[in-house]
Amino acid sequence: MKKQAFENFIYGVFLLLGLITVGCVLLITVYLIISGIPAIREIGLFKFLFGKTWASTAKTPQFGILPFILTSIYGTAGAIALGVPIGFLTAVYLAKAAPPKVKAVVAAAVSVLAGIPSVVYGLVGMLVLVPGIRSIFHVPDGASLLAAIVVLAVMILPSIVNVSITALEAVPQEYEDASLALGATPTETYFRVSVPAARSGIAAAVVLGVGRAIGEAMAVMMVSGNVANMPSLFQSVRFLTTAVASEMSYSSGLQRQALFSIALVLYLFILLINAALNFFLKRSKEA
Amino acid sequence: MQTGISKKRRAYILLMRILMWLSVALTAGLVLFLVTYVMAKGLPEISWNLLTTKPSYLSGNIGILPDILNTVYIIIAALIFVIPLGAGAAVYLNEYARNKKLVAVIEYAAETLSGIPSIIYGLVGMLFFCSFLDMQTSLLAGALTLVIMNLPTVLRTTQESLKTVPQSYREGAFGLGAGKWRVIRTVVLPGCVDGIITGCILSVGRILGESAALLFTAGFAHAIHGFFEGLNSAGATLTVALYVYAKEQGEFGVAFAIAAILMVLTLLIQLAAMLVGRYFKKRRDL
Repeated sequence: MKKQAFENFIYGVFLLLGLITVGCVLLITVYLIISGIPAIREIGLFKFLFGKTWASTAKTPQFGILPFILTSIYGTAGAIALGVPIGFLTAVYLAKAAPPKVKAVVAAAVSVLAGIPSVVYGLVGMLVLVPGIRSIFHVPDGASLLAAIVVLAVMILPSIVNVSITALEAVPQEYEDASLALGATPTETYFRVSVPAARSGIAAAVVLGVGRAIGEAMAVMMVSGNVANMPSLFQSVRFLTTAVASEMSYSSGLQRQALFSIALVLYLFILLINAALNFFLKRSKEA
Repeated sequence: MQTGISKKRRAYILLMRILMWLSVALTAGLVLFLVTYVMAKGLPEISWNLLTTKPSYLSGNIGILPDILNTVYIIIAALIFVIPLGAGAAVYLNEYARNKKLVAVIEYAAETLSGIPSIIYGLVGMLFFCSFLDMQTSLLAGALTLVIMNLPTVLRTTQESLKTVPQSYREGAFGLGAGKWRVIRTVVLPGCVDGIITGCILSVGRILGESAALLFTAGFAHAIHGFFEGLNSAGATLTVALYVYAKEQGEFGVAFAIAAILMVLTLLIQLAAMLVGRYFKKRRDL
C-alpha cells in the first residue's frame, strides 16, 4: 500500500515535469495577449496594423506598424530568395554527390556556421557588409534592408542545408537505382528523382528558414540602420523584432504597450509558421 | 560521361553540376572567411589586462572579466534548472505516458517553444520573472528565461537516447521484482546519460550565443560578484557586452576580441558535442 502511494507520488512528479512545456507555451501566449491587447484597443486594430507612420515619441504619437510588418516580410523573402538556392544545392551535393571526405568537412563547416552567435554576424556585417554596400552601390549609408537580407541569408543557411540533407538521405535507394537503370545519369537522378521525392522535407527546410529569419533580432539590429521607414532596398529600415528591441529600454505608457502589441503580432506570425512547419514535417514522414 | 546523350541533356547536367559546385564553394568559403576574419581581427586585441580587469570610466580601462563571470554563472544556473526539467519531461513522455493525445500536445508544445524567437522570450521573461515575480533585472531572471528556451533541446536529446535503452533491460528489472521508480532510477536514467550530456552541450552553445533574450532580463552591468550575489544582480554576458561595445560605444577592438573568444568557444563546443556522440556510440555498439 505504502509502496503504491510512493509510486503514485513519483508518477505525479514526472507528470508535472511533462506538463511544464505546455505550461510555458501557455504562459508565453497568455502574457503576450494580456499585455498586447490594450494598446491595440486604444489605437485601433486597423490603424495599428496598417498605419504607415511610427512616431512613438512625437508630441502626438502615431503607432502604425505597417513599415515593420512589410520590412519583416520583405527581409525574410529576400533572405529566402538568396539563401534557399545556395543551401538547397549545397544539400543536394552533400547528400548525394560528395565524396565522403568532402562531405565530412563541409558538413562540419555548416555546423560551425550554425553555432556562430548572432551578434558576431552583426559585428562582421557592420564592418564588412555595410561599408561594402556603401561603396559598391554608391549610397550614403550601407546600413539598409539589403545588408539585413544578406546577413539573414547566411544565418538561415545551416538550417536549410541540414534539414534538406536529412530529407534527401531518407529517399529510398530503390528510386535512385530504378532511375539509373533506366539510363538517367547520376546528376539527372538527383534533381529529377531524389529532389521531388524529398520535396516535403525540403519545404520544411524552407519554412524553418522563414521562422529563423523573421525572428532574428540582434544581427539585423546591427546592420539595418533601425529607422522606421517603409521598406526599400537601400534605405535604413526597422523589423518587427528590432522595433521591440530598440525602444524597450526607454519606453513607457502607451508606447511600451504598443511594443508588446508588436511582439504579439510577431508571435502570431511565428505560430502560423510553426503550423506550416509541422504540416510539412508530418507529410515528409508519411511519404 | 556516357556517350549517346543528347546535347540538351549534357548541358543540363553540366549546368546543375556547376551550380552545385558554386554553392558548396560559396558555403565553405563563407565559413572560412568568417572564422579567419574574426580571428585575425580579434586575437591581437586579446590581452591579459582585458581578460582580468573590469571596465572603469575613470581610467578609461576596458576589461571583460565581469562579462566572462556572468556568462559562466548564467550557464551554471540555467543548467541546474533545465536538466531536471527537460530530462524529467522526457522520462514522462517515454516511460509513463499512456495517453497518446497528451503526448502529442506536449510534443507540439516543445516544438512551438523551439520555434519562438529569442526576443519574445526576452520580453516574456522581463514581464514574468523581472516584474511579476519581482526578481528585477538579474542574472537569475535571465537564466530562468534561458531555461524555458533550452527546455525543448534537453527534452529532445534525452528522449532520443531513452529510445535506445533496450526494452529487455526494463523487462528484466521488472521481472526481478523492481518497482517502476526503481527501474527508472537504476536502469533507464543511467542509460540516457549521453542524451542529457549532449543536451547540456547544445544548451551551453545556445546560451553562449544568446543576446536578445538577455538584454531586458539580465541587463548590461559590468560589476564583479560572487556566484549567489551575482545571480541577484544585473550583468551582461559576453554576447550582450559585444553588442553594447560595438553598437553603442563603437569600441570595435573589444568587440572583436569578444567575438574571437566566442568563436573559439563555439568551435570547442561543437568538437565536444561530436566527441561525446562518438564516444557513447562506440560504447553502445560494444
